[in-house]
Amino acid sequence: MNWDQLFFLRHEILLSLLIVFELVADLSDSSARQSLVNTTIVLFAGLTVAGFIPLANEASLFGGMYASDDLRILLKNILNVSTLVFLLQSAGWLNQSQNSYKTGSFYLLLFSTLLGMYLMICAGDFIMLYLGLELATIPLTLLAAYDHNLRRSAEAGIKLLMSSAVSSAVMLFGLSLMYGIYGSLHFSEMSQQGAMGGSLGVLALTFFIAGLGFKLSLVPFHLWTADVYEGSPLPVTMYFSVVSKGAALFTLMLVLYRVFGQFTGVWSLLSYALAVLTMLIGNLFALRQKNLKRFMAFSSITQAGFMMLGFVNPEALGMNTIIYFMLIYSFSNLAVFGVLSIIHNRYGKEQIEDLNGFYKTNPGLSLILLLALFSLAGIPPVAGFFGKFFLFTAAASRGLYFLVLIAVLNATISLYYYLLVVKAMFINPNDQPLPAVTLTGAERLALVLCVLGIVVIGFMSSIYGYIQTVVG
Amino acid sequence: MNLQSEIPLEYMIVLSTAVFFIGLVGVVIRRNLITMLMGIELMLNAVNINFVAFNHYLFPHRLEGHFFALIVMAIAAAEAAVAIALIINIYRKFSTVSVDDVDELKY
Repeated sequence: MNWDQLFFLRHEILLSLLIVFELVADLSDSSARQSLVNTTIVLFAGLTVAGFIPLANEASLFGGMYASDDLRILLKNILNVSTLVFLLQSAGWLNQSQNSYKTGSFYLLLFSTLLGMYLMICAGDFIMLYLGLELATIPLTLLAAYDHNLRRSAEAGIKLLMSSAVSSAVMLFGLSLMYGIYGSLHFSEMSQQGAMGGSLGVLALTFFIAGLGFKLSLVPFHLWTADVYEGSPLPVTMYFSVVSKGAALFTLMLVLYRVFGQFTGVWSLLSYALAVLTMLIGNLFALRQKNLKRFMAFSSITQAGFMMLGFVNPEALGMNTIIYFMLIYSFSNLAVFGVLSIIHNRYGKEQIEDLNGFYKTNPGLSLILLLALFSLAGIPPVAGFFGKFFLFTAAASRGLYFLVLIAVLNATISLYYYLLVVKAMFINPNDQPLPAVTLTGAERLALVLCVLGIVVIGFMSSIYGYIQTVVG
Repeated sequence: MNLQSEIPLEYMIVLSTAVFFIGLVGVVIRRNLITMLMGIELMLNAVNINFVAFNHYLFPHRLEGHFFALIVMAIAAAEAAVAIALIINIYRKFSTVSVDDVDELKY
């Protein structure tokens, strides 16, 4: 093997080194652990920057099991940026005295899942994709059960593990049928052979989409989402809703567009149905939530429904809009969860009514939360509007006006419940609102990055242009 | 003895599909977490039967199916290890391994 091939693996190698570092640091004495949070953030920031270094990216390694190109590097960089913001926001939680002894193992599990997500995105065949998927899922169940003195955290962990094991078994059954049809699991060979297997092929593809749809919490497979989001520690919920969801979305996108291009009729029809169901049911359940974590769970289900709008367009336009929407969704959701985790770390509150009168004491944080919720709802000046607008364009360019109508109606419904939170902060009276908070440096930096992301991405057309050139 | 002349491929597919759905039904209707875990193992083994059978009957010149079966087994073992750790955790918190009693999170 050539040594210069190692450059194609730079994300994975650097992240593996970071994992080894966390393992060693976790074994050392407690004085070194004190600074572990800051050291990790700095090292990961270095990794994120290193990922942007432009090098030759087109490669296929290990007999075609690992593929790398500009698009995959871009997707990994998007995940890296979200994870960096996530690390900044989870620092406050990890520095609390009851969590500090398990910082090292938290990072160990976290980076293992991120490595799994890299491998999912860079997979060149289904064996690697499955390995990456499991590496991204199994440590995540342990993270969900991380508050190990809380009953609800233990429950969240076992619920996630059981349901994800079933869903990956369903996906594997689909893959085994696919293997029987094609005789190969390599993406390049399968995409060359064209549609085969008749209805058996359709069945196999449906099983596969069901497996990944579970990770993405699309509606018939969404039942774990609310419980796991509510039971997990808040930073882990944030990771689920942004990074884990992003990786699943990107993987589904790469496989459908690049490998099953011959089945476009089947999967664009499936995504039509999934989009309608997911948007509608996510919305209806979000309306009645009182707990903010659960509320964000159903909000993220609804957003996944909007993402499926991109899949009804099997051309490059669909891919562009999906990536662009995910980028904006990441920043908006990270901003919401950033404010929520600041509140949760200080006061342990997570109900919507706890936010009553929040604007009086914390005008800055309220405005950031307002901006982020407007972005999720898709109100014009912020980036969320452009993300949704492009997705609607992708669906409309296929002539699916009825689907766009349903999506617009659902966006309106979602505006109602996002505004309920805004109303609680700005209008509802409260004699004893949560007192003013002083932010730490990491929290401040994370919020600034999120706000920049929400405001700037919508107006800088060069970002969308860049995605367009990379998708090609 | 030549296996292929004795047993046709269809039998293998019927067997694996039956095992898969027995496992799925087991996960859905059983209330004991350990038994549910056994159901998941059945589903994964059905997948293994599929992979090995397709490889042996249809594509004997390449070994991808066999490799995939090995990897599925290894991952199933890892998954079972984590699952049992979490089930012990559940038992400590709830003093039961029945999913009906693990119901803190609802609606």
